[in-house]
Amino acid sequence: MKTGIYPGCSLTGSARDYNESVFAIAEAFGLEFIQIPDWNCCGATAAHNLNKELSLALPARILAIAEKNGLDEIIVPCAACYSRLVVTQHELKKDPELKNRICEVIEMDYRGTSVILNVIEWIDKYIVPKLEEKIVKPFNYKVACYYGCLLVRPNKILNYDRVEDPQTLDVVMSKLGATAIDYPYKTECCGAGLSISRTDIVSKLSGKIIEDAEHRGADAIVVACPMCHSNLDMRRPDINKYWDTEFKIPVIFVTQAIGLAIGLSPQKVGLRRHFVEVKIS
Amino acid sequence: MSHSEHHTERNSLAYSIEKNVEVYTQKCYQCGKCSAGCPVAEDMDFPPSMIMRLLQTEDLANDDKILRSHSIWLCVTCEMCLSRCPMEIDIPSMMDYLRQRSRSEKKVNKKAKNIIAFHKAFLNSIKYTGRLFELGLILDYKRQSLNLMQDVALAPKMISRGKLHFIPFIIKGKNQMARIFKKTSN
Repeated sequence: MKTGIYPGCSLTGSARDYNESVFAIAEAFGLEFIQIPDWNCCGATAAHNLNKELSLALPARILAIAEKNGLDEIIVPCAACYSRLVVTQHELKKDPELKNRICEVIEMDYRGTSVILNVIEWIDKYIVPKLEEKIVKPFNYKVACYYGCLLVRPNKILNYDRVEDPQTLDVVMSKLGATAIDYPYKTECCGAGLSISRTDIVSKLSGKIIEDAEHRGADAIVVACPMCHSNLDMRRPDINKYWDTEFKIPVIFVTQAIGLAIGLSPQKVGLRRHFVEVKIS
Repeated sequence: MSHSEHHTERNSLAYSIEKNVEVYTQKCYQCGKCSAGCPVAEDMDFPPSMIMRLLQTEDLANDDKILRSHSIWLCVTCEMCLSRCPMEIDIPSMMDYLRQRSRSEKKVNKKAKNIIAFHKAFLNSIKYTGRLFELGLILDYKRQSLNLMQDVALAPKMISRGKLHFIPFIIKGKNQMARIFKKTSN
């Protein structure tokens, strides 16, 4: 079994911290993956909002390259890319005529055989079995597990976790020693792709997610999506201005929490790159 | 009346939605769960359940209202409506279709100007390089939206954290990317 990774654009730029933590824990657990050669952007929200065919062709090229390189399994740490890739695979499986048309567009064969894993599925499969023996510093904090939208929805297609009050991230965090609090904002939207064009809406929605986590006494919000992270962390000054308050709760990636628990330094897992200071270590 | 017994007017928007994305608006019985769960409903001119109701009228004036609405552009595709709909109506796919129709019929709501400017800048960025160039995206968005001062405080902080690149990464398959864009241009 050859495993590939599709980092996606954010992980090379604004979510470098996420990328560093994914690679750091993979190394610590002796896991190998091959970066999908010459990968392109999945098209994100922009493509499916403006051009349906393009929104299928872009992920199809990525999946076709993975197949060509014999990658039976692909890890996709970005929840938004994960959703685009899985939805494309589903649409092309459902409609052979559409699949043929997309193959023409991308000038490549595509069979749709690769298994696509989100970051928590990857952690569950490869890291959780070896986690107990590796933990040197239990993550003794109260955490609000924030899944966001695209890790669990569209649920009938992704078929991952339960759609209301999902548990997979909570379970991983408890294995690290954390207490996952009851948190009704788990799958509420942070405002996603409106970050730049409607910062006011993002500030409102992300502010509610942060306020409730603080109110319930969480020490950190744990995420598995670079878009959620940038809205909750990088947009914090806008959020605080919108709500006229000083929310201080840090937002960390699940992979960073794992890194800290197995003794990696905050720097190694990218915590120094956050906007909201992370006092957890 | 089930959707199978109902014959949608051929010139209605509801009919085009059935044909193009296989979403049957007549299935909606107005329970309102989509609007209750929609994170942006309060900012919309018509919340999702009201769009469904307008479509059910199969009235051309109502169809026009929908294509000119702000709502279809505020929809963030969080998929909450679909996950809670008792009739499993795929509102998010319908919204994608409505946005494309709204653009092709040149009925885009003026208030959505910046949202579309952002999407266009995003696609422009990947069209020539294959991957998103975040700095280029921000500059192109500023040019299109004329919001020149927006996020100027953010850039230096991103740079000091190593989160903003100055040079785009260009994939080897950039010509193939250009052809993908050309073949799918609508």
